[in-house]
Amino acid sequence: MPDAGASTMRADIVVVGAGPAGIAAAVAASGAGRTVVVLDASPRPGGQVWRHRDRASLPSVARMWLDRLDRSGATVLCGAQVVDAGPGARIGAEYQGRALKVEAQAVILATGAQELLLPFPGWTLPGVLGVGGAQALLKAGMDVRGKRVAVAGTGPLLLPVAAALAKAGADLRMVAEQAPPEDVRRFAVSLWRTPRRLLQGVAYRASFLSVRYRWGTWVRRVAEMGGELIVTYTTGRSSWAEPVDLLCTAAGLVPSTELARLVGCEVREGQVVVDGRQQTTVPSYYAAGEPTGDTGMEAALVEGTIAGLEAAGRGSGEAGKLKAERAAHRRFAARAAAAFRLRPELRERVEPDTIVCRCEDVPMSAIRHGWSGRQAKLATRAGMGSCQGRTCGAALEYLVGMARDTVRTPLAPTSIGVLADLASHLDESQGAS
Amino acid sequence: MPGTVRILVNGRSCDVPADVSLAAALLNAGHAAFRRSVAGEPRGPVCGMGTCHECRVTIDGVMGRRACLEPVREGMQVVLDA
Repeated sequence: MPDAGASTMRADIVVVGAGPAGIAAAVAASGAGRTVVVLDASPRPGGQVWRHRDRASLPSVARMWLDRLDRSGATVLCGAQVVDAGPGARIGAEYQGRALKVEAQAVILATGAQELLLPFPGWTLPGVLGVGGAQALLKAGMDVRGKRVAVAGTGPLLLPVAAALAKAGADLRMVAEQAPPEDVRRFAVSLWRTPRRLLQGVAYRASFLSVRYRWGTWVRRVAEMGGELIVTYTTGRSSWAEPVDLLCTAAGLVPSTELARLVGCEVREGQVVVDGRQQTTVPSYYAAGEPTGDTGMEAALVEGTIAGLEAAGRGSGEAGKLKAERAAHRRFAARAAAAFRLRPELRERVEPDTIVCRCEDVPMSAIRHGWSGRQAKLATRAGMGSCQGRTCGAALEYLVGMARDTVRTPLAPTSIGVLADLASHLDESQGAS
Repeated sequence: MPGTVRILVNGRSCDVPADVSLAAALLNAGHAAFRRSVAGEPRGPVCGMGTCHECRVTIDGVMGRRACLEPVREGMQVVLDA
């Protein structure tokens, strides 16, 4: 069917996400002689960990992989938002305001992770950002010079973000890790096995030595008063309030699984289920990096490489050698997850009038325990707004064990014209398959 | 050093570095709130990476664009509903 606004691309493999996993997958698959298209919603490749404006500012490992991607011959489309996926390896995206259809033999899902943003009183106020959110905005040019900033969250992301804020001239007032001191100590001691990670942690801490770094401390509430954010911290035993300009807070990372769920991949405990070849439960769909629950850039690079080689049909050789490396990264991820598990008190912060669905302004009191995500949607509109339940779905899953609703298209808001062009594409492919 | 571009925010011109995201440019220009929620509360960017949809603004007449995913462009017309 002719549609002037749409364009179609064909490739052997389409990679969704241009972070470390997606880059490694594209490099591996291209190296194996396959044609590859990479789609990413951001203006430049690199994902969250290698988000940049100036490539020269990145660490050498990031520059090396981005250079490899440049030389790989893969077609990298940045600013391409995936909105739909059809049966078989077909992806629909909005690119430069128009529909883009990509038809491939295999899809590699390298969609990364998002922050777990848990509701607490005041969390919707302007100036309350995520931890990774602060990092992303900083890398995109946010000016924090002289601003009073607090960082409160959990896990290995806290220290680099605090260090980056301090380096950018923020007046860093507090770095609070929710995990108890004994768990953090045990994790730090376990780092002797990976001295490079230990040294990295020490270097980050050294960059904001004069700032309080408190373990077993979390944000209880925040209020806006006269243009300031008044943050109430607690250790469970004592609480106190301090003013800041920006509060950066989150409860760690959760895999981004919308596209995987849309195409019907099995997702267990929030993680895309993959076999040893990084293949999901849906034929011709692979997943690598954060979506599989294996956290961190090193794991993403290894899994991306394996997925790229396997999708290209070259899995028996090089990919085999990488599997031991992958196992080591998985052990590290498991140790980190255990050390930084979320304390139950984080659940107890939400009050009846606390908004849980930010898109539709649904308060906690409207949500009944025992509801599924679908029931909550129908009764309250929670999860029906612009973000499609990305924030409240993950939060309610954690807070009250609510099952996530099935994913609907479009995965992100787009124009009617783009939707119409893509719908015809997917209908056609359904007819053809 | 990258140059600057001129964008229009609610009709007012604003010179910003050419290599920043629109979300960063708006925050740096003193806009903490980018939009009003359905209940009328002010909201601003949270995730910085396109997930939370709190930084939605109108760009060149197109509503609901995520400012964190948009590089600034010369002549870009931005409307904040905040």
